[in-house]
Amino acid sequence: MAAELHVELVAADRQVWSGEATLVVARTTSGDIGVMPGHQPLLGVLESGPVTIRTSEGGTVVAAVHGGFVSFADNKLSLLAEIAELSDEIDVQRTERELERAKAEGDAAAERRADVRLRAATAR
Amino acid sequence: MGAQLRVYKRRIRSVTATKKITKAMEMIAASRVVKAQRKVAASTPYATELTRAVTAVGTGSNTKHPLTTEVENPVRAAVLLLTSDRGLAGAFNSNAIKAAEQLTERLESEGKQVDTYIVGRRGVAHYNFRERKIAESFTGFTDEPSYADAKKVAAPLIEAIEKDTAEGGVDELHIVFTEFVSMMTQTALDARLLPLRLEEVAEEVSPKGEILPLYDFEPSAEDVLDALLPRYVESRIYNALLQSAASKHAATRRAMKSATDNAGELINTLSRLANAARQAEITQEISEIVGGASALADATAGSDR
Repeated sequence: MAAELHVELVAADRQVWSGEATLVVARTTSGDIGVMPGHQPLLGVLESGPVTIRTSEGGTVVAAVHGGFVSFADNKLSLLAEIAELSDEIDVQRTERELERAKAEGDAAAERRADVRLRAATAR
Repeated sequence: MGAQLRVYKRRIRSVTATKKITKAMEMIAASRVVKAQRKVAASTPYATELTRAVTAVGTGSNTKHPLTTEVENPVRAAVLLLTSDRGLAGAFNSNAIKAAEQLTERLESEGKQVDTYIVGRRGVAHYNFRERKIAESFTGFTDEPSYADAKKVAAPLIEAIEKDTAEGGVDELHIVFTEFVSMMTQTALDARLLPLRLEEVAEEVSPKGEILPLYDFEPSAEDVLDALLPRYVESRIYNALLQSAASKHAATRRAMKSATDNAGELINTLSRLANAARQAEITQEISEIVGGASALADATAGSDR
């Protein structure tokens, strides 16, 4: 059995995903970071961006994370985000419309949010 | 129908209508308590993980952050009071307001100036009526608070605490909310959010005194703490808002239940009185008929002669 780590992806108001994984890639403020089982204890600030989780069954889970933290200790990885969505929860067409609207209105925050969602949805 | 009886009948009708309304409100509140409790439970994983992270940074590094160190001479404190928008919840709002007033008194006796922030129309009305100063107020979401609402409430508070005291900032942040203990018990209590008492927080995370691992901070302990603490405050406020909402619904349910019971009792008493009035009326009618008949009999008996 390959070594695995336990992942909990939690948003402020719900638990989004939890399970076993072999690799988690997330973007912190100082760059992309990949966490594999046995990584040293880590606590980092996340950037808005897609988080990729390679599950032990060989599947891939991608989630759009809007700000938050990553913490790893005792082979348990917690991803905390105020807002987090799994890629299959994201409606691509709606998000594309949102992106266009945000661009038209010059709303930088909404544009970034929509962009992160789109990148997560298309990363699969 | 006699006048007395009509009055009783009318009152019974009106009390029955009231009873139906309170019964409906009771059932609505009961279903909302369950929903609110579920939301509290759903927000717990985030809150616990966040608290864990805060403790890890606070204890695992020698970082001195303004939000975790106590000021030597605190001058100003902010008090956030959580009440509800609507009443009909028994002593729910007055208990929370009372707790806030006690806290304010205590802080003032310690020589601190108190800025009051209020959530919920009831609290705002209470303070406005007494013409007390409110630093900021928020209304319209107390029944079903969302995380965005919590952020909205937290934003001015975080801004105030980050500002210098001389420029109108605050040194301490207290929160008064109603803790949801069970369906039957909800207690108004106050807690100090900032500056953080790390020992207390640590105890909350690991009551067995388990030692937290030595973390590697990315990008640095200071930056992590800078980003963490506002989120921590937001999550605590969110949790308090949710608990307050659950408590409010539980209090409403209880108040409406006793209102329904009282209405039922009132209907019983009134229908007894109405029955007695009806019986008295019948008795009176019979005696009038008997009296009339015997008077008639007397009159005819007299004319026979």
